[in-house]
Amino acid sequence: MKPPPFGYRAPRTLDEAVTALADADGGKVLAGGQSLVPLLNMRLAAPAELIDVNHVAELDTLEADGAGVRVGALARHARVERSATAARVQPLLRRALRHVAHPVIRNRGTVVGSLAHADPAAELPAVLALLGGHVEAVSVRGRRVVAARDLFVGPLETALADDELAVAAFFPAAPPRTGTAFAEIARRHGDFALAGVAATVTVDGDGQAEAVRAAFLGVAEVPLVLDLTEAAASGRLAEHVRERIDPESDIHASADYRRHLAGVLAQRALAKATADALAREAP
Amino acid sequence: MTEQAHRIELTVNGTLHVADAPARRLLSDFLRHDLGLTGTHVGCEHGVCGCCTVLLDGEPVRSCLTFAVTVTGRAVTTVEGLAAPDGTMSPVQRAFQKCHALQCGFCTPGFLCTVTALLRDTPHPTEEEVIEGISGNLCRCTGYQNIVKAVHRAAALIAEEAR
Amino acid sequence: MSTRIFGEGIARREDPRLLTGQGRYLDDLGRDALAAAFVRSPHAHARIIDIDVTGALDVEGLVAVYTWEDLPGRVAEPLPLLIPHPALTHGRTGYALARDTVRHVGEPVVMVVARDRYLAEDAAERVRVEYETLPPVVGVEAAERAEHLVHDDVPGNVGAVLRQETGDVEAALAAAPHVLEFRLDIERSAATPLEGRGVHARWDADDGSLRVHSSTQTATSVRAAIAVKLGLPQGKVEVVAPDVGGGFGVKIVHPWPEEVLVPWAARLLGREVKWTEDRREHFVAAAHERAQVQHVRVGFDGAGRVLALDVRILHDHGAYTPYGVIIPIVTSTQLLGPYKIGVYRAEVVSLYTTTLIVTPYRGAGRPQGVFCMERTMDRIAAHLGRDRAGVRAANLIGPDEFPYDQGLTFQDGRPLIYDSGDYPALLAKVTDLIGWDGFPALKEAAAAEGRRIGIGLACYVEGTGVGPYEGGHVEIDSSGRVHVATGLTSQGQGHQTVFAQIAAAELGVPVEDVHVVTGDTRRFGYAVGTFASRAAVMSGNAIALACRRVRAKALRIAGEALEADPSDLDITDGVVHVRGDRSSGIPLRTVSVLSNPLRYAFDEQTALATQFAVGGPDTEPPVPHGEEPGLEGRDYYSPVRSTFAAGMHAAIVETDPDTAEIRVLRYAVVHDCGRLINPLVVEGQIHGGVAQGIGGALYERMAYDESGQLLNASFMDFLMPYATEVPRVETDHLETPSPLNPLGIKGAGEAGVIPVSAVIAAAVEDAEGIAITAMPLSPDALFRLRRTQPGALPPSDVGR
Repeated sequence: MKPPPFGYRAPRTLDEAVTALADADGGKVLAGGQSLVPLLNMRLAAPAELIDVNHVAELDTLEADGAGVRVGALARHARVERSATAARVQPLLRRALRHVAHPVIRNRGTVVGSLAHADPAAELPAVLALLGGHVEAVSVRGRRVVAARDLFVGPLETALADDELAVAAFFPAAPPRTGTAFAEIARRHGDFALAGVAATVTVDGDGQAEAVRAAFLGVAEVPLVLDLTEAAASGRLAEHVRERIDPESDIHASADYRRHLAGVLAQRALAKATADALAREAP
Repeated sequence: MTEQAHRIELTVNGTLHVADAPARRLLSDFLRHDLGLTGTHVGCEHGVCGCCTVLLDGEPVRSCLTFAVTVTGRAVTTVEGLAAPDGTMSPVQRAFQKCHALQCGFCTPGFLCTVTALLRDTPHPTEEEVIEGISGNLCRCTGYQNIVKAVHRAAALIAEEAR
Repeated sequence: MSTRIFGEGIARREDPRLLTGQGRYLDDLGRDALAAAFVRSPHAHARIIDIDVTGALDVEGLVAVYTWEDLPGRVAEPLPLLIPHPALTHGRTGYALARDTVRHVGEPVVMVVARDRYLAEDAAERVRVEYETLPPVVGVEAAERAEHLVHDDVPGNVGAVLRQETGDVEAALAAAPHVLEFRLDIERSAATPLEGRGVHARWDADDGSLRVHSSTQTATSVRAAIAVKLGLPQGKVEVVAPDVGGGFGVKIVHPWPEEVLVPWAARLLGREVKWTEDRREHFVAAAHERAQVQHVRVGFDGAGRVLALDVRILHDHGAYTPYGVIIPIVTSTQLLGPYKIGVYRAEVVSLYTTTLIVTPYRGAGRPQGVFCMERTMDRIAAHLGRDRAGVRAANLIGPDEFPYDQGLTFQDGRPLIYDSGDYPALLAKVTDLIGWDGFPALKEAAAAEGRRIGIGLACYVEGTGVGPYEGGHVEIDSSGRVHVATGLTSQGQGHQTVFAQIAAAELGVPVEDVHVVTGDTRRFGYAVGTFASRAAVMSGNAIALACRRVRAKALRIAGEALEADPSDLDITDGVVHVRGDRSSGIPLRTVSVLSNPLRYAFDEQTALATQFAVGGPDTEPPVPHGEEPGLEGRDYYSPVRSTFAAGMHAAIVETDPDTAEIRVLRYAVVHDCGRLINPLVVEGQIHGGVAQGIGGALYERMAYDESGQLLNASFMDFLMPYATEVPRVETDHLETPSPLNPLGIKGAGEAGVIPVSAVIAAAVEDAEGIAITAMPLSPDALFRLRRTQPGALPPSDVGR
């Protein structure tokens, strides 16, 4: 289990990085490497060239303001998880990050890398999709913003072009009177989820849910965002969720079980998110 | 077919090492085979078992998921660097012996590095924090019970010796 | 024994080395060695049509590529069938490199040697093998249907049929007041040590000798096998097991293809060669265990006493049978546990499939047997509406019934006779420890909160310390250091500590003065190996016996020097003295000097032993008749039969009414392995065994698809438990000494793992009201059982 040979470039600036990416034929970006290197070690991937962006200091950023949290391409999971500011602006981020693999993996893995890898069972794509966030992509052709709903195209597949580098991700701040929750079931703690859900609930002045949304992971090819406002009010939330999803079976869980879990988790997450919204409302 | 070699400068356990290696050389192999520091073990080479965990500028990382060339210029601590310069084992190492927290010893270096950082950041961990802290390291021998015990004991030793 | 060191939970002597990165595991050796990699079969069953290596030849750093055609003489012959058995009528083994047919994914086809492992893998990737695929045979039931054959010359895919019976089971069933019939399933798991296998070989052309390091559980037998394969005298082959990163059974198999090929290539190339197995190879090319389907018929009376038990076991032994039929023999004999069964009949059909070989993994067939027996006990209790502990109590062998003959033949070919034990005491201890009698109240309280909890119990008896023998060599040098060597190997059991404790206690020396070497044929050439919870029993007793020889000799020599009768002497802290008087004495280092009359001195100590310094009658030879120079001794321990440890486990689990997740709330172990040498080490063995048992019960399985592909050959998908999945284990001990060996000890290595699946199944069954008949049990499986089983608890309202 040793990686195959590859060409290697270690740009120092963003310009160098995107130029290298444009020049490379079959180039692949290396940031945290926590998803890519296992694939290389198993020789399931054999890129001609790796563009190692770990030395591009300008990508090592984490900013949070009233609008949201902007995470640079080199910000490790652990840094975002520990950031009190990020947690204040968008609490769902930390809640979800705690489910990403294990602490040691989070020391090296990057948030943007998780999004670009686009594993349908991963936590962060669902969070980005739920919050309506976006990714900023840069290439020699320029800079563009890719909305979450356009970003995730299929399992391990995004709308980013081969020559584009995802330089940052933006997670919008939680609106007022809005609570969030994250819930997932994995076989072992830290494993990819069999099913999971990120949820936001906005309450009105009387503390009643007026907007309920959830994003599901592990049950579809891309994060599945559902508006559950009506379903939650109707009292048949779990059934509604189960009717709307069509998960696959694998060696860890049958489709039926995943569908069942999605319903249970939706209920749990909504209850928690509602409580969170009320707690945030409380003076 | 000749593979290009890259100059890699790595400070390991306080000593600067300079060696040439291909870009694909994993940090685990670089430490073990290029530098001869075989205390870092390799159990799965896909980042799950945690045997290869080392401290990169103080933070535990999987050396099997890191290319040596990526971390050139940085500082690594391996299990060989945990004891005091005079050879006295660190509180974490001593606690592991006292609590019988190792059997075959193969996963142990990864646990020691992980726990060393854990107790630096969380000097008085709760039971849950200990279990979460070591949750990314597999051990096939001990059932973890004595490892958890050793982490608590190490925390007590560190506190005691700081007084 | 003058020192209270035997029985003390002292810290391990091997630890400082292992804690500071100074351990030496296989891949830590031979930094300059060439690296081997293998091209392995991607198919479960196929004929090899052509092998084209030309693509590999332009890899820089490539040294050699070998196929079966390149192998000479005995290297080209099938690998040995290690344990022939009369019932194994159709034993088959593979070749070191596949000859014309591959029978499981992962079977080695081509060996590549290159400058390093990266380059060896580059070259291996470029080798093209053309296959004609053949029909796969996956699962014992497909094997039994025999629509396709794994080996053309093995009819019905049947390797062995084993039958044992203690009477007329049909008549006993017919006469029984109650009869139940059911089926049980256990899936495959594997030992999965964190260090895989590995071999390093160095050929010394000048000396014509070979030194091999292997991550093995048997150095001596690897040596014998390599010597035969390579046509070398055994004296020219040294095999050393370095630090071994876990074995748990899988490393007792030998010689592995790689264990033959690496030394062969090292000699041929005149270069050091090393192969370090990677994780993916370990999943597909080492060995698995467990998989069985069991059909049970049981007859019993109104008290739950078993009058007749008839078990038919389909055992999946994989593509080849290098380790014979040891696992199903153990299953079918140890199945009886601590119980008196009226009439017993077992029939095992051991079948070929196109999957990886099945060889012992910690427990070695016992977990399956215990699962069968204990599920049967729970069925009986359920049928009669009786307490599960009570039904077990009604069947236990009494403490006054030892030795107890079960009327069967055990894995060593000897009668299955239990030597000692107190099973009712164990049952009382375990039900106390877990709070068995108070549990119904807890369960009711939990139910009131909408929670589901359940309790389970399982018992086992484990034959440990199986023969034929082990030996020990003990030498006290002129510095007073005690060197102990035994031939069997260590994989983390703490042998350097516990054997030192035995030697220190026997000799009356500080434990710090004792240095133990295991698994090195240079130090001890006669041994069997480390498996079947036998190391402490076998080598422990052998070392004790060798120490007794050395002690007697030391007392004889010191008696002359002190002008005392040896029977009046004792040894304390390494000094021989008159019993009760420590004012004068003679240190063992001096006795060592005196034991070896010298002509030449090299230091002050040895000067004392030269011919002009030693007095004594000049009519006697310097080395008396019947004596040998040196303060050393060697002895062997060879038992008539195994000694039988026993234990009982109990657990409380909680199942989530909505998600079907299963959590172990409490886990209790009561264990009797005779006298404890080091309680810390024994507890560690139990903790680790339980963790593996939890893995086997709830997480681990080998997921083969119908084409024989292993779908989860990684740690991402083969779910070995982390700290977050393993419960804390509460332990209690009973010490019933074995009458069979001088130290009164029994083995402890496998105790933790054996009953876990049975316990967890029972507890989940209790929580859910669903019959659990197959393990491991995933949340998904429990979810499906809830939907399909009548009698399941009503589903929770949540999630509707």
